[in-house]
Amino acid sequence: MSAPASTGAQRTWQRFTPTERVARSMVYIVTAVAVVWSARTVEVIPEFLYDAPEQTADLFKRMWPFDWGFYPKVVHETLIETFHIATLGTILAIVLALPLSFLAARNFTSNPFLNILAQFIFVSSRSVNSLIWALLFVAVFGPGALSGVMSIAFRSIGFIGKLFGEALEEAQTGPIEALTATGAPRSMILVKGYWPQVEPAFWSVALLRWDINIRESAVLGLVGAGGIGVALDAALNNLYWDQVGLILAVIFAVVVVTEIVTSAIRSRII
Amino acid sequence: MSAAPSPRVRPAAFPANWVARGALLALVLYTVYATSILAITWERFAKGLDNGARFLGRMFPPNMAADKLALIADGMVESIQIAILATFFGVLLSLPLGLMAARNLAPGWLSWSARALIAVLRSFHPVIVAILFVKSVGFGALAGVLALIISSMGFVSKLFAEIVEEMNPKQVEAVRATGASFFNVLIMAVAPQVMARFIGLSVYQLDSNLRNSTMVGIVGGGGIGAALFTAYQRFDYDVVLTILIIIIAIIMLMELVSARVRRVFQ
Repeated sequence: MSAPASTGAQRTWQRFTPTERVARSMVYIVTAVAVVWSARTVEVIPEFLYDAPEQTADLFKRMWPFDWGFYPKVVHETLIETFHIATLGTILAIVLALPLSFLAARNFTSNPFLNILAQFIFVSSRSVNSLIWALLFVAVFGPGALSGVMSIAFRSIGFIGKLFGEALEEAQTGPIEALTATGAPRSMILVKGYWPQVEPAFWSVALLRWDINIRESAVLGLVGAGGIGVALDAALNNLYWDQVGLILAVIFAVVVVTEIVTSAIRSRII
Repeated sequence: MSAAPSPRVRPAAFPANWVARGALLALVLYTVYATSILAITWERFAKGLDNGARFLGRMFPPNMAADKLALIADGMVESIQIAILATFFGVLLSLPLGLMAARNLAPGWLSWSARALIAVLRSFHPVIVAILFVKSVGFGALAGVLALIISSMGFVSKLFAEIVEEMNPKQVEAVRATGASFFNVLIMAVAPQVMARFIGLSVYQLDSNLRNSTMVGIVGGGGIGAALFTAYQRFDYDVVLTILIIIIAIIMLMELVSARVRRVFQ
């Protein structure tokens, strides 16, 4: 709120200080420049665009009717595999991320080096996409579900660790101090002081990530990391669009069911 | 030393929570069961670690040859452009969609149909959407941009609708009481309340699009992903490492910038 001294008859009120206004205008200008620059230089091949509507219509025409017989043959089994990859990956990620998030929380660990180390692990984990993690793990463990579980877990460590670490930092100090005053050991302070405070946050983060992981594990198969994506990749390469359509419909159904389940659990336990 | 029998048994300070213990046991059992279903064995894992050591050995040192760096720079610039365009158009389209989905502004039938549309947009992973767009508009950055616009719309309009639903209704009523049109209500009562958080959301989406734009290239959607996948398939693991380092560095930089931008609008 910057207002000139109220000596004059007129006081002009402004919502933002000059610095704020300059900063905002800068952001707007940079945004505009970035969008124009991107739109002008991004490579678009116009020849491909002319028949885009026909191609799209063709795509859907080839998808329908679905190849229902494909479901019991291949899709069901890979779907179950996808579910297990997502769930196991989430469990592994939680096991790995919990100790790290205690290291990252500044009120629990007072060593700045450990804080920064844990933060760095989280950022690296989140910066690399799950599909890219999958590429790396397929090179290490070979194609299959193991690579899928590892890539889901490594991508999720950063997400779970960051959010859970933030929840830990917001924990109130009252109960912690009370426990400390009774001479409770550090492990008990953790279990009886911190945990009850952060438990709802923990479950909501874990559920949210599980929901995301179900979606992500459906595409890991494109690079060979197991699950329904393997079937999708095979169908795409063979141009069996009716099978592609079926797989997409199945993924859609699973995602909807997952969302219903997670929101039901969330409203019950949180 | 014979203490008088206490009349009441004192309850334990921290009673055992058997439900939680049972759930934990079930989780452990599930983990064992699922690992056996997926045929994940210790042997395979140990063998993988050997492989991993060799893999890491071939990654180091990262390849910093000038021709590779030029290629990577091209790809990275394209990824950033994809992220910027996808965020811009995705956010622009999310404004009306989010308003339509907000139950306190839109009539019931409209908000339900907007919500259904958002659910459909959100349900597919950007890579799957990118595959479909590669088929319909061909290889290249455009497919990536369109795929990320879809996923941005799903995310931003869902959260934007929630923000609009949480706003204070009094100001809307006050502006409406002056006889303002619906459009004026939006500008004068809704926008000032939700704009700051909406911009924060958009900046977050730019971050997330940048991450995803490194990935759509794997299926032909343009950007650094294509270079990464080619290097991977040619077993040039040292180039893969260079690309990963650059991706991580740029995303970290982007996080710092977006934190600054969010602070400007708070």
